[in-house]
Amino acid sequence: MEALLHQLMAGFATGGIYASLALALVMIYQATHLVNFAQGEMAMFSTYLAWSLINAGMPYWLAFVLTVAISFLIGVFIERVVIRPVESAPVLAVVTVFIALLVILNSLAGWIYTYTIKSFPSPFPPGMALGRFMSPHEVGAIGVTLVVLAALYAFFRFTPLGLAMRAAAQNPASSRLVGIRVGWMLALGWGLAAAVGAVAGMMVAPIVYLDPNMMGGILLYAFAAALLGGIDSPMGAVIGGFVVGVLENVLGAFVIGNELKLSVALVLIIGVLLVRPSGFFGKVHVTRV
Amino acid sequence: MLLEANNLTAGYGQTRVLHGVDFAIEKGSITALLGANGAGKTTTLRALCGMVKTGGEIRFEGRRIDRAATEDIVRLGVAHVPDGRGTFLTLSVEENLRLGAYSRRDRQAVGEDLERVLGYFPVLRERRRQQAGTLSGGEQQMLAVSRGLMLKPKLMLLDEPSFGLAPLLVRELFSILRAIREREGVSMMLVEQNAAMALELADHAYLIETGRVVLQGSSKELKSNDAVRRSYLGY
Repeated sequence: MEALLHQLMAGFATGGIYASLALALVMIYQATHLVNFAQGEMAMFSTYLAWSLINAGMPYWLAFVLTVAISFLIGVFIERVVIRPVESAPVLAVVTVFIALLVILNSLAGWIYTYTIKSFPSPFPPGMALGRFMSPHEVGAIGVTLVVLAALYAFFRFTPLGLAMRAAAQNPASSRLVGIRVGWMLALGWGLAAAVGAVAGMMVAPIVYLDPNMMGGILLYAFAAALLGGIDSPMGAVIGGFVVGVLENVLGAFVIGNELKLSVALVLIIGVLLVRPSGFFGKVHVTRV
Repeated sequence: MLLEANNLTAGYGQTRVLHGVDFAIEKGSITALLGANGAGKTTTLRALCGMVKTGGEIRFEGRRIDRAATEDIVRLGVAHVPDGRGTFLTLSVEENLRLGAYSRRDRQAVGEDLERVLGYFPVLRERRRQQAGTLSGGEQQMLAVSRGLMLKPKLMLLDEPSFGLAPLLVRELFSILRAIREREGVSMMLVEQNAAMALELADHAYLIETGRVVLQGSSKELKSNDAVRRSYLGY
């Protein structure tokens, strides 16, 4: 019983991280109707950035904030320079760009930081333990995730800029007619997604350690989470993230073993696509013939 | 003159739709743009807002806007109520209205204007928190007009506001438009297939056929023109 509870809690902690990354995927998807395959590598790169800053002697939280800010700018930059030119290109071309971005960021990180696995500090020291079932980092990661989610919710729900971003994703033509600069809203969306990804990267790095391939599996879980909730539903992505996190941990510990954990994500992806392609909270798309 | 277009051309890709039209909108007036399907009425409005590729010259309050981006033209005070209504379907009625005021600088006044605009359309007030996609066609048309009003525009471009509305609703909408012109002093350019209603409301009208202005004059003149009467008014 205690072991199960422990796995459940651990699942919540990693689930929060999947939820963040899934939310980043959904944000890009809502604006472009494409899944950004490079989202994980962008997060990985941000995490290396944080590692550099911390290693240079910067206090953790300062490095954290700076990394989030820089990641935001990198996200905006990537949209403006790499994605914008292929805006109206065929889907396959854009997907190719995403994959190129994935490979480039991965190799770049390997080239700069080498492929040696590094440890990444947690800002939550062992003394901070709250319960028997969770490590301090797990508690902290959940806290940070919840703060990020709440901030995003408030931003999109209550600010004029957040409203404009939702409008631009929903109806670009109409948005221009009320004066919204739709191109910049997309760039802003990329910036936010990159920032959220950076937080996810920094929260997961103490668990999986830092190496250029660290986000490969995590992106798969996040993708499964986003699909489970419905790829166009932010709330669905968050719930999906926690569900996937818990499933992964519990099934991995008691049913299928650690080696097959990643297959949980793959089975979920295929299962959702087969049975309910719009996920649990997504819109069912109907096209008029 | 609030707006002047000289030798305005526009088209989509290789196809030219407007072959050099001239018109002007007087400050505080309602100008109707009449014509059959495919004459180029919608394209004219789109050209004014920089939504299609244009040639020729457009001046708004004396300033050239024919090269400007749509978003910047909106900021000058031109509200376009598009065909198809342009509703933000997944957002609430109130959010739709607030978006109309997005480019305004005086954010504090928006709440007050929201109440004033809802005063014209009580149906929308009742449905304020409702998702806009659930509104009926007529309500979405009212929402589109209200969203345009939220800009506090100098000029409103209305693309077939009567399209798909029941006759009674058309009458109601047009009387509201008349009230808006009187109380807010907004100039309007109205594109309509319902020529009778449009001439009733407008001061001045242009008739376009296949991308050219073939007739213009005061509404009174056009109403009594035999060709207009036979082809567009049907009596």
